Amino acid sequence: MVTELVEKLFFTREISEEISLPLKKRDVHFGDKVFYYLLKGASWGIVFLLLAMVGLILKMSWPAFSTLGWTFFTSAEWNSWTQEFGVLSFIYGTVISSLLAVAFAVPVSVGVALFLNELAPSWLARPLGFLIEMLAAIPSIVYGLWGLFVLAPLLRTYVQPVLLDYFGWFPLFQGPPLGVGMLCAGVLLAIMITPTISAMTREVFKAIPVSHREAALGLGATRWEMLKLAVLKTGTSGIIGAVILGLGRALGETMAVTMVIGNKSEIHLSLFESGQTMASILANQYAEADSDLQLAALTAVGLTLFMVSLIINSIARFIVWKVEKGFKGGK
Amino acid sequence: MDGEVLKVEKLNAYFNDFHAVKDVDLSVNYHEVVALIGPSGCGKSTFIRCLNRLHEEVPGARCTGNVWLDGQNIYGKGVDPVVVRRNVGMVFQKPNPFPGLSIFDNVAVGLRLAGVTKKSVLSEAVEEALRKSALWTEVKDKLKKPGTGLSGGQQQRLCIARALAVKPPVILMDEPTSALDPISTAKIEELIVELKNDVTVVIVTHNMQQASRISGRTAFFLLGELIEYGKTSKIFTKPQNLKTEQYITGRFG
Ligand SMILES: Nc1ncnc2c1ncn2[C@@H]1O[C@H](COP(=O)(O)OP(=O)(O)OP(=O)(O)O)[C@@H](O)[C@H]1O
Ligand SMILES: [Mg+2]
Repeated sequence: MVTELVEKLFFTREISEEISLPLKKRDVHFGDKVFYYLLKGASWGIVFLLLAMVGLILKMSWPAFSTLGWTFFTSAEWNSWTQEFGVLSFIYGTVISSLLAVAFAVPVSVGVALFLNELAPSWLARPLGFLIEMLAAIPSIVYGLWGLFVLAPLLRTYVQPVLLDYFGWFPLFQGPPLGVGMLCAGVLLAIMITPTISAMTREVFKAIPVSHREAALGLGATRWEMLKLAVLKTGTSGIIGAVILGLGRALGETMAVTMVIGNKSEIHLSLFESGQTMASILANQYAEADSDLQLAALTAVGLTLFMVSLIINSIARFIVWKVEKGFKGGK
Repeated sequence: MDGEVLKVEKLNAYFNDFHAVKDVDLSVNYHEVVALIGPSGCGKSTFIRCLNRLHEEVPGARCTGNVWLDGQNIYGKGVDPVVVRRNVGMVFQKPNPFPGLSIFDNVAVGLRLAGVTKKSVLSEAVEEALRKSALWTEVKDKLKKPGTGLSGGQQQRLCIARALAVKPPVILMDEPTSALDPISTAKIEELIVELKNDVTVVIVTHNMQQASRISGRTAFFLLGELIEYGKTSKIFTKPQNLKTEQYITGRFG
């Protein structure tokens, strides 16, 4: 992508070189050329770095794959005593906590973006928007501490008992209300990714031309109908893009999640139960792995995290592409 | 029906402190096409956007005066602008179909907003509106395709169909053909002339020929003021005001 762009930018210049002006003795495009090769080098450098990283991780995790085989992916057992290592419960933890986070964060973020951009007067929108964006600047360890000492007790005393009372029959809300666990991780992650998603969604809304809004208003749409018709609908692909960004952060988030998810390498349907994510198992065990096999297995977990992120991102990108195609009316 | 469908009294429009439309009085009869002409920036768009209360949606914009639509003051106390806009359709200078909506949905959107849900009613109205705007034959096989996939001229006719579908008594058009090729323009002019049987059209145009081809009366605006208003044939042959004459003969503006 990048190199293509660079090539376009600079090789189109070659044409002008053919129209040789008599004045032109020295190569005036020397600077351009240097710049071109610099950029080209940088973009290939990144590709190379990525490949080298994947190669190294692959090599380091190879003992795990050769010893454990497919069971590494199909087993949810992680036990350094018995030397059994399966990644499944971590994949589950990562995916569920991230999806939970997105499910909580998207309506809030889009609501915030709508309110700040379309409804709030500017004296309110500006400071409020600034505050929300400030949330993105808080280090994740601070989020973790807050989650552990504030959010978890809150969930334990106020939210979980109520859920148990009313929805206790539902498999998602069963078990002891401990506070920490999958639900807590999901809520905390949601708070962490809300500023990202809402800031990007605001940009998306800002880019929607007034003419769409006026088209809706001119047809006799109320404010809310106008927002649905001209803003939300038009912004769909952009909003999905924003969600991908948030999801990416949630998938890889380590510190805060490790502090509140409970760190149990098990799969439970209930959101009250503890869990473990790929990032949190790495944070918990990498520094104190007992055996070479465990170290290799942990590296393999890292590789799996990378692949899962890649797959989820690809799916999301595919959705954006689909939506955009629907807009442009291409074949 | 006879008589006045629109009666504008002492209309003043502002953008913050800027006085864009000054003391305009003007009335429009049923089944009439009225053209608004005048140099760029003289307030034509601002003026017609006051006729469906769209002007006030611009931040910092406001207006004073009265506009009687079918005997009711749209700036009267307690009047809901949403209801006004359902009765006064608008076609904009740049085609603006809703992205993400199909051709069918783009035309049906006004009816849906008005609460129509029955599929048969919608399809009938959509077909009728598309036929009227001379687009039906071109799109009848791809109603499910996105409206933004059409050409510029087709999109503009789609927007006209969208405005027609709700059958408003008055339609405002702000330079609807300025971005179109001569064939699409001719089609739209034809359409406007035909529309006269059902609706009243107020159209802004920079094209004098267009004004003389389609309109019964023409209003000449200059620097926010209505300079002259009268029969189109009169305005273009024997204008009363010197400024009008200078403008239409191209010595000015
Ligand atoms: N959003 C706005 N904010 C401030 N001033 C505006 C705004 N829109 C228009 N104006 C000013 O109001 C005056 C009238 O503008 P208007 O768009 O009504 O002109 P017009 O007659 O439609 O011109 P054109 O033929 O170029 O479309 C202009 O002087 C313009 O600068
Ligand atoms: Mg204008």
